[in-house]
Amino acid sequence: MAALMPLTAAQAAGVTLLNVSYDVSREFYKDFNAAFAAHWKKTAGEDLTLNQSHGGSSKQARSVADGLEADVITMNQHNDIDILAERAKLIPADWAQRLPNHSAPTTSISVILVRKGNPKAIRDWSDLGRPGVSVIIPNPKTSGNGRYTYLAAWGAGVQAGLSPEAARALVTRIFANVPVLDGGGRGATTTFAQRNLGDALVTFESEAPLISKEFGDQFEVVYPSRTILAENPVSLVDQVVDKKGTRRQAEAYLKYLYSPEGQEIAAKHHLRPRDAKVLAKYAKAFPKVATFTVDQVFGGWAQAQKTHFNDGATYDQVIATAKR
Amino acid sequence: MIFTRTLLRRHSVLPGFDLALGFALLYLSLIVLVPLSAAFLKTATLSWGQFLEATTTPRVLASYRLTFGASLLAAMLNAVFGLIVAWVLVRYDFPFKRLVDALVDLPFALPTAVAGIALTAIWAQNGWLGQWLPFKVSFTPLGVWVALVFIGLPFVVRTVQPVLEDVNQELEEAAATLGASRWQAFWHVILPVVSPALLTGFALAFARALGEYGSVIFIAGNMPMISEITPLIIISKLEQYDYAGATAVAVVMLVVSFALLLMINSLQAWARKRQGML
Repeated sequence: MAALMPLTAAQAAGVTLLNVSYDVSREFYKDFNAAFAAHWKKTAGEDLTLNQSHGGSSKQARSVADGLEADVITMNQHNDIDILAERAKLIPADWAQRLPNHSAPTTSISVILVRKGNPKAIRDWSDLGRPGVSVIIPNPKTSGNGRYTYLAAWGAGVQAGLSPEAARALVTRIFANVPVLDGGGRGATTTFAQRNLGDALVTFESEAPLISKEFGDQFEVVYPSRTILAENPVSLVDQVVDKKGTRRQAEAYLKYLYSPEGQEIAAKHHLRPRDAKVLAKYAKAFPKVATFTVDQVFGGWAQAQKTHFNDGATYDQVIATAKR
Repeated sequence: MIFTRTLLRRHSVLPGFDLALGFALLYLSLIVLVPLSAAFLKTATLSWGQFLEATTTPRVLASYRLTFGASLLAAMLNAVFGLIVAWVLVRYDFPFKRLVDALVDLPFALPTAVAGIALTAIWAQNGWLGQWLPFKVSFTPLGVWVALVFIGLPFVVRTVQPVLEDVNQELEEAAATLGASRWQAFWHVILPVVSPALLTGFALAFARALGEYGSVIFIAGNMPMISEITPLIIISKLEQYDYAGATAVAVVMLVVSFALLLMINSLQAWARKRQGML
């Protein structure tokens, strides 16, 4: 009886939504959820309890596919949501067409973090492949951040007019300079900032201010001439919201991400907003860089995963050559 | 029929043997067999060729060498020094002995990630210990071994300790009066008594090291072909949503580990029997 009490209390307080997300979005969604709960109370007059769950992105996606009842899923890579359509049939295959901007309300870009004063004069991806430069990158096999880094260097090469062979040679040189492959982005940060390993760290732009906040003013952000646009896609989980009867709330939650208020909270958390007005307001924090998407250069995430990251694919060949 | 009845009932001095046996089998099935057979079933979705492809690429083979090799070496070191620690704890009295005794259990209780981060920090090239060494420990296979030694120590100490406590000191005295040197007394009197427990401790430390992920992942550096452990290969495959490939590698690990543990257990049974005959 006592065990049932919290449940009834929650019901009295209104509807509960669960947002299953990736690891480093914790702080953003904490602020965003508070704002949305207030907004929903005002517009719909209903009390909402918003729960969040964070962890490595593919792990989180697997949990939802295996039955974790998420109303919405918010990731940093399209293929982590595709999996819900392909394997678990929880959402329709065309989920990415349901919201504007390819269902990605915010983005970030891959940037290079160097030590203060940039002693190794690192300006672009090609500098990371120079002999004598050591670069920290999270493991592309286990980290979305690492996959974006690999694709950023490769794609920047292709966009600059390199042949696929030359782009591959560049990426091979870069990975030959990697002394440690950490499991995830935050682990790589620790290796670079705390263990003092490496001349450069490749990570998301949204992570750079957090690193400076944590470790002090020891680093500089280098914006490469071209880089990848990491899109943060979102979707509601149809099977779950229809079962729970929360489709209305979940839809409003995702739409609110695109609203000026939602976009502003994202910008404050260093995620690039899609809204032009909000972007203009925070222009100083988000310098203009030439970007490309995974779709433009690699034909979408499913294709990129197949040609580059599956066992025996290009990344495995690159790392085998690099470590010889 | 009568034979099996007598066989089953042979030991049942206490009532409720059938019930206990039934319960034990049910419990083992639920906790161990069902999850493990799920792994085997998932692997069965692969053809033989796919199975070989998933489990025998050079990268996976390199990870087996590291995981089994480092685990074996770590368990061996722990067998030697764990025995010494247990010996000291049993035979000597010194200040703060209880505190030291409790320290031994810490690797059990510490979250493995915490252990991994702490070890990496200490052995990194700017770390407390790492800075004094002319070679690298963190982010090399040596680092993997260090982490496995750390997590394996309590297994040896805790299995050997109670047995040592039971060793009758008069036996050693008798050996001494019969002219045995200290070394002979240790080798012929004490070691045969503790060796089954020592083997158990070794096997436990070894088994634990094989499956260890949390602490190793921080210190290993995770370079393919060099410092990638097999559990990381499994996780990598899961990240690609390659469930079948991941379970295939897991099955290989399971089968090999089981064979090794079975071997160690028979060795232990043999040691015990031999000790009984002496």
